Amino acid sequence: MTKATISLNVNGQTVETQAEPRELLIHVLREQLEITGPHIGCETSHCGACTVEIDGRSVKSCTIFAVQAQGSEITTIEGLGNPDKLHVLQEKFKEHHGLQCGFCTPGMITRAHRLLIENPNPTEEEVRFGISGNLCRCTGYQNIVKAILAAASELNETEVA
Amino acid sequence: MSVEAKTLEERQAALKGLGTSRKRVEDARFTQGKGNYVDDLKMPDMLFGDFVRSQHAHAYVKSIDTTEAMALPGVIAVLTAADLEPLNLHWMPTLAGDKQMVLADGKVLFQGQEVAFVIAEDRYIAADAVDLVKVEYEELPVLVDPFKAELPDAPILREDIADQKEGAHGPRRHPNHIFTWEQGDKAATESILESAAVVAEETVYYHRTHPCPLETCGAVASMDKVNGKLTLWGTFQAPHVVRTVASMLSGIAEHNIRVVSPDIGGGFGNKVGVYPGYICAIVASIVTGKPVKWVEDRMENLTSTAFARDYWMQGKIAATAEGKITGLWCHTTADHGAFDACADPTKYPAGFMSICTGSYDIPTAYLAVDGIYTNKAPGGVAYRCSFRVTEAAYFIERMIEVLAIKLDMDAAELRRINFIKKEQFPYQSALGWEYDSGDYHTAWDKALKAVDYPALREEQAARVEEFKAGKTRKLMGIGLSHFTEIVGAGPVKNCDILGMGMFDSCEIRIHPTGSAIARLGTISQGQGHATTFAQILASEIGISADDITIEEGDTDTAPYGLGTYGSRSTPVAGAATAMAGRKIRAKAQMIAAYMLEVHDNDVEWEVDRFVVKGAPERFKTMKEIAFASYTQAIPGIEPGLEAVSYYDPPNMTYPFGAYIAVMDIDVDTGVTEIRQFYALDDCGTRINPMIIEGQVHGGLTEALAIALGQEIAYDELGNVKTGSLMDFFIPTSWETPNYVTDFTETPSPHHPIGAKGVGESPNVGGVPAFSNAINDAFRAFGSTHTNMPHDHWRIWKTANDLGLHA
Repeated sequence: MTKATISLNVNGQTVETQAEPRELLIHVLREQLEITGPHIGCETSHCGACTVEIDGRSVKSCTIFAVQAQGSEITTIEGLGNPDKLHVLQEKFKEHHGLQCGFCTPGMITRAHRLLIENPNPTEEEVRFGISGNLCRCTGYQNIVKAILAAASELNETEVA
Repeated sequence: MSVEAKTLEERQAALKGLGTSRKRVEDARFTQGKGNYVDDLKMPDMLFGDFVRSQHAHAYVKSIDTTEAMALPGVIAVLTAADLEPLNLHWMPTLAGDKQMVLADGKVLFQGQEVAFVIAEDRYIAADAVDLVKVEYEELPVLVDPFKAELPDAPILREDIADQKEGAHGPRRHPNHIFTWEQGDKAATESILESAAVVAEETVYYHRTHPCPLETCGAVASMDKVNGKLTLWGTFQAPHVVRTVASMLSGIAEHNIRVVSPDIGGGFGNKVGVYPGYICAIVASIVTGKPVKWVEDRMENLTSTAFARDYWMQGKIAATAEGKITGLWCHTTADHGAFDACADPTKYPAGFMSICTGSYDIPTAYLAVDGIYTNKAPGGVAYRCSFRVTEAAYFIERMIEVLAIKLDMDAAELRRINFIKKEQFPYQSALGWEYDSGDYHTAWDKALKAVDYPALREEQAARVEEFKAGKTRKLMGIGLSHFTEIVGAGPVKNCDILGMGMFDSCEIRIHPTGSAIARLGTISQGQGHATTFAQILASEIGISADDITIEEGDTDTAPYGLGTYGSRSTPVAGAATAMAGRKIRAKAQMIAAYMLEVHDNDVEWEVDRFVVKGAPERFKTMKEIAFASYTQAIPGIEPGLEAVSYYDPPNMTYPFGAYIAVMDIDVDTGVTEIRQFYALDDCGTRINPMIIEGQVHGGLTEALAIALGQEIAYDELGNVKTGSLMDFFIPTSWETPNYVTDFTETPSPHHPIGAKGVGESPNVGGVPAFSNAINDAFRAFGSTHTNMPHDHWRIWKTANDLGLHA
């Protein structure tokens, strides 16, 4: 099948790659760009393990074709923090035991990152609603919610300071 | 010698050993997206495999035409049973003593069964080729109801063994009958039922469901033809057993096979078995000489690998007029699907269903289980459970409620007067188990007090009156559950899988500078072994958990073990870890005595060092001892500091707990709300309270799913009705409540550190708590029992059947 050349900005770096029009963004990210943080849990847009940010919105990257992302800015878990300086959400997920097997974690943190930009001071209910597109089979969500609320609180304190 | 200013307590705390809520060492890579799951593996020239699957539940395969598929550019090969037959790999043994088709051999027996395996250059081409394979079927009558399996007009499913009168678990009375397994005293139980003052009867169905970890099953096989070595990476909860099976099936010597479980995205029992995808990936790699990846999609996962439960449990429970239980009778019809692929220890075809006397002192009991073939997927795995313990716990906890209704008695009080008493442990159950320890009354009283049980009952009674007066449309249910598990399989004398005794292992190496690595025969799938096993070891050998690396899952380096499922990691491998640590300490004691120039018996262990008795200023820390073991010539002692332990547990462990769910039910919509959930767990010695709590939260959420909607449902033609996450219920953060966790601590008397295992308790105890809450809500209106899953429609239907919509 004919391939199209697409240009993406992934985690601050401009990349060009070739993809068939039918190729899902998650497959291009994982197999061509070797961005394996976002995972595949269902390929039917239910589980959210493949969540990334595209131009400031949370998107399940199995929901769109890679060619649809042409020219867009994409942030994945790999772009949120680095070993020398983790993102507050990454720190809080560790601190509050917000993960177990780790498979949903990249998508969950990526979603939480956007949620806190959209709503910097959410209630517990708003967090629960805001991450309800991301499934977790291990944690029962309680500690995930706790971690996100703690991150929100710390981010807000930092801003005030 | 360095001068230590630290107090004993500070030194103790620095170890981060038992009882510490130590943060997880796994989390750094997982939170940064740097986990290494099987689908993350990428190798040069790697090929992709994909299955052609049957859309029919029962049909002859008349022909398979691969011409068009093979003509597609990028397709390397299409394997069918005919290709596997010369290798004798078209069938494979199951863990339950049956055999299973790897690829359809003349017929298909369930929807989703593997028919052909396409190997192509990428996953898109493989999927295209799957569509191009033409399979001609001749449809056959379908059997989905296990109660119709032995009727005269029932289709014969397993023609390959239709004439076999003897199965792996005794006589077979019909071609669709797999086994009948009996425990306890039938005659005595029936005699008690005949003469009892009160007998309550109910048929309790624990529906078919699926573990559904977020990561599906998959593997990458790579045959290195130059060196004759096969490497198999995959989602294996038991990598060593996979290696042994792969060797036996392929004929490749076991030392030439390396099996690696990388990070696993949840298992919950789904990843215990050996699946056709693994075998096909291996064959494909041998045939092509290239690495071959197979990763199932979600629909394949739900429809073909590892269902759980599907037990029809017919029960009778006898009691005195005062409520003292005198006997329990259970006949279970177990729907095993098309092949008996249950993951149970060999001698237990119905797993540990015989723990169904639960937490109660029931003097006489009888259990029979009939295993039946149907046109459904094989499996019968323990979904976050120790081999049918969930079914057993659900059965007895429902029967207790049913008996309470018959006696017109409070169900909490009925439990209390029948609990095994603290002084009765070790307790010999009527169905053959020796419960190691327990203190059920203490846990129960603590739980009832925590929720203010009498007040809840008063509120419930008032609610019923309000409902009857037309003031509310919501009912209130109080779900009680007191469960006893049997985990940590198990003693080699009666527990094996494919002949392999169910011991487990730990191997420790202390490095010269006083840090260490320990390798185990288990494999974490999210349980946090790298964190908790280091804590066990820290407390045993006095090296900080932060200085101990835990490694699992690579059969070339880890000692042989039976893997992680059935809550066996802490009870068995955790015990091996403690025992190996004690061997390290024994050698360290001799080295310390030599260094301190005293007799071995003149030094004693103190947190992280050996101290000369009566001279506390003279000591050698474990770190100093480790260095000496590599740097000094010590007469009569080998250099180095290493140990290995293979631990054969003397008994199972018996974690228990008391759970209470309070729910509101809207009778007009069937919508439920979990108002409160209190979970008290007693898992013996607590290694890491933070991780225990996390396990309980997760297991309760799985229980919520199972009780309130999650099922693998079939229609009468054997079509799977719940094959995607649209239909198969997984709770989101929105419908999951906050849980309150609590504990008591009754150490196991036979485990080296007294730990019992906890990962599965919340699934085992949670399901009856939720189901009992729903059923309890309708008790006041004459309902005794309704089956799970209690989804909105079924609840509405119950309300409607009871005339509550009139």
